[in-house]
Amino acid sequence: MSKTYETVIGLEVHVELATKTKIFCGCSTAFGGAPNSHTCPVCTGMPGSLPVLNKQVVEYAMAVGLATNCKITQYSKFDRKNYFYPDNPQNYQISQLYLPICRDGGVEIETSAGKKVVGIHEIHMEEDAGKLVHDEWEDVSIVDYNRSGVPLIEIVSEPDMRSAEEVIAYLEKLRMIIQYLGASDCKLNEGSMRADVNLSVREAGSKEFGTRTEMKNLNSFKAIARAIEGERARQIELLEEGKKVLQETRRWDDNKEYSYAMRSKEDAKDYRYFPEPDLAPIVISDEWISDVKARQPELRTEKMERYQREFGLPEYDADIITGHKKLADLFEETAAICGRPKKVSNWIMVETMRLLKENEMDADDISFSPEHFAKLVELADSGSITNTVAKEVFERIFREDIDPEKYVEEQGLKTVNDEGALRAVAEQVVKENPQSVEDYLNGKEKAIGFLVGQTMKAMKGKANPGLVSQFLKELLEQKKG
Amino acid sequence: MNVMSLTAVELGRKIKAKEVAVEEAVTAALDAIDKKEGTVHSFVTVDREGAIKRAKEVQKLISEGSLTGPLAGVPVAVKDNICTKDLKTTCSSHILYNFVPTYTAEAAARLERAGAIILGKTNMDEFAMGSTTETSAFGVTRNPWNTAHVPGGSSGGSCAAVAAEECSYALGSDTGGSIRQPSAFCGVTGIKPTYGTVSRYGLIAYGSSLDQIGPVAKDVTDCAAILETIASYDSKDSTSVKREDYAFTEALVDDVAGMKIGIPRDYFGAGLDPQVKEAVLRAAKALEEKGALVEEFDLSLVEYAIPAYYVIACAEASSNLARFDGVKYGYRTEEYEGLHNMYKKSRSEGFGTEVKRRIMLGSFVLSSGYYDAYYLKALRTKALIKQAFDKAFAKYDVILGPAAPTTAPKLGESLKDPIKMYLGDIYTVSVNLAGLPGISLPCGKDDNGLPIGLQLIGDCFKEKNIIRAAYAFEKTREYEHSPLA
Repeated sequence: MSKTYETVIGLEVHVELATKTKIFCGCSTAFGGAPNSHTCPVCTGMPGSLPVLNKQVVEYAMAVGLATNCKITQYSKFDRKNYFYPDNPQNYQISQLYLPICRDGGVEIETSAGKKVVGIHEIHMEEDAGKLVHDEWEDVSIVDYNRSGVPLIEIVSEPDMRSAEEVIAYLEKLRMIIQYLGASDCKLNEGSMRADVNLSVREAGSKEFGTRTEMKNLNSFKAIARAIEGERARQIELLEEGKKVLQETRRWDDNKEYSYAMRSKEDAKDYRYFPEPDLAPIVISDEWISDVKARQPELRTEKMERYQREFGLPEYDADIITGHKKLADLFEETAAICGRPKKVSNWIMVETMRLLKENEMDADDISFSPEHFAKLVELADSGSITNTVAKEVFERIFREDIDPEKYVEEQGLKTVNDEGALRAVAEQVVKENPQSVEDYLNGKEKAIGFLVGQTMKAMKGKANPGLVSQFLKELLEQKKG
Repeated sequence: MNVMSLTAVELGRKIKAKEVAVEEAVTAALDAIDKKEGTVHSFVTVDREGAIKRAKEVQKLISEGSLTGPLAGVPVAVKDNICTKDLKTTCSSHILYNFVPTYTAEAAARLERAGAIILGKTNMDEFAMGSTTETSAFGVTRNPWNTAHVPGGSSGGSCAAVAAEECSYALGSDTGGSIRQPSAFCGVTGIKPTYGTVSRYGLIAYGSSLDQIGPVAKDVTDCAAILETIASYDSKDSTSVKREDYAFTEALVDDVAGMKIGIPRDYFGAGLDPQVKEAVLRAAKALEEKGALVEEFDLSLVEYAIPAYYVIACAEASSNLARFDGVKYGYRTEEYEGLHNMYKKSRSEGFGTEVKRRIMLGSFVLSSGYYDAYYLKALRTKALIKQAFDKAFAKYDVILGPAAPTTAPKLGESLKDPIKMYLGDIYTVSVNLAGLPGISLPCGKDDNGLPIGLQLIGDCFKEKNIIRAAYAFEKTREYEHSPLA
């Protein structure tokens, strides 16, 4: 490569909102359910049916806009986007083009390159489409409209990002904000958060943008990062060969780690947008905006400060825990049950993080209940089980959300405090390890550690470690005597 | 006594007084349909069993005293673009030839709750696109005054059914004059209410921002009573308006003393049939003699109403009719290769010429590069037309003019020249563009014996003014039954 290139990236992020009912009818947004069971004349596009806007959608969109420093459009409208496809029962999607609800915002991100603001061009509201299922055996396609009419917001960034790292930081930031607002669970793998990547390259220092492509079908942060690297390389190669980058939509195949152009018919359409005549304009008063602002839940910065102040967590721990809504919720709920915030924080910081990392999981994948977690913290903190046992039980909770009390009971893992039994085992260990005893007697005090370990091992980790070391010390001192 | 020659309110009164049984009324209507349909063809679907079954139920409720409204037990015909649960609703289009709705439109549901008996669904121009009912996929409807002529459109079936006395009253819909113009041609009375007064929920949309359901009946009293029954705020229709006053029958007062009536000079220029002009001006005179203050004025912008209307209505229609694609319901072509071919063939075979013309026109004006020049300009024109009416209503309570420039044309004459047909909507479309209420009622006949319609236009939410003026005018003449009645 003879020249240096700069990558320019903008994102279109779709987020499914966490409303109970759909955007234009009263049908449930719940996942699952038999095909077409969450449907009505409106979301199946029956003739004569009319949309009625779900106010909660507007409030969530406003909340996200306010939390991302956008201006709220106080006279906003819906438009129809016309295109034929069977997953879209009306053959038009109700969306916003001319007067989107939020505009001109931005969020600050931090990467190895430092801090920067990624601009948000607009946020608009729209409805999701149904799902097509292709039956290979019958060679037919069937359609399920349960997702048809589920509310979405589309967050369109400015082309402000320059690397995959910045893109991931931006997405993580958006996800955190939206999760804290309770506006969506933002799960990439389940499609409740979807990102399309607009990418172009240009020679470093150039003021002009290169021709961009849009990449779809990116289902994880890792896929996004790989797709960006792949597309950057592809475009640079074209330019180096003196060829042109075509403006097109490309579909990323994460297995093959390659993107291919979607048929131009699927792209470059004239959607014949026009104002949706079935819906009145959305007029948002100053009062409504301040009301939404006032009801805004505690966001990360405030939470971080409160954790330090109220629970005495170190800044580092508070930062990590509030870095993910799921961890913060887990922390607060567990601490509220067991009343031991610092212990809970420790369990999250050490064991939870370790298991997440080992299993290549995201905090969102945590599935155990705060109730079981709290019981475990209590068991460990009261000495009912030893640290070793506690770690083992925690792993079971992490994996299977077992009830630790029952488990400890059933498996007989309670700490053994029976002095007679412990003394007997300690005597046995002393007898079997003459070398260590001798070392100890010769002044190597550390040797007692080995003997404690052996005793614990013999007790399968369940022995009260305080008593064990006390008895061992007594036995050894006796030998000294 | 011929129960079919009664007005709806008269029949309702006799039913309540037990002079006529509901089943008797319904049977009389079904008999009239049997006798006349071969000639007039007002209906696409007649629900014989349903109507008789329902008559028995309604009779029971009336006898128990739980149904007391003026329309209880009275048989009605419903335009075939208004959804009726379990009763085929086709919009007179091949593409919906077998469509049976899963729910009933709010306006029809309100009638049913008031004890109306739905006889069946009336013929119309396909998807309400047309002014003659000749674009129906299921055959033309004939004018009961002269079967060589059209009944007007698009609610031609509803108006013909009322004039031929196949039903006591009917529901129509009006996007650019589709209630008022056929009412004029058929010698009956019809109201297009203020936009937002009657719920559009269940009305299969043509031009969503212009469509309104309204009554068609023999007289103003019926229309007021029907409108009172079907009008309501409906949370299922976001364009529905919460009105303060729905008591339209209160305006049935024979008194126009001091009422200010404006006659737009622009409505009496070239293109207006002299006999229509004469009859309409005679009506103005009659109102003046009753104490109304009548004067001429310039409304302005009239020539822009038709192009603005066709751009907006067709734009909305091109999107509204996209859902008819052979995927979910209605007609699907027999043989096809792949999705796009299925769409193309189903829609090509399912829609008629006029509908295709308007879908293409609408798609064109919304296309990128043309949107500003056509669609946006039409919206701006619409706003200016509304302003012109606002100015007029600052001075007048009612605007008086013809409903149509001519009486009913002969069958087969109109579709050859669509532009000419569109121009026939000149007096009605601006009322839809401005969202105003309008009423059309008979005011005479031409030399061929064809009815002439008088149109009275009111300001938004001022139906009572036009009902009062219409009622007072109606008192000056007798209702004329059509030869087919």
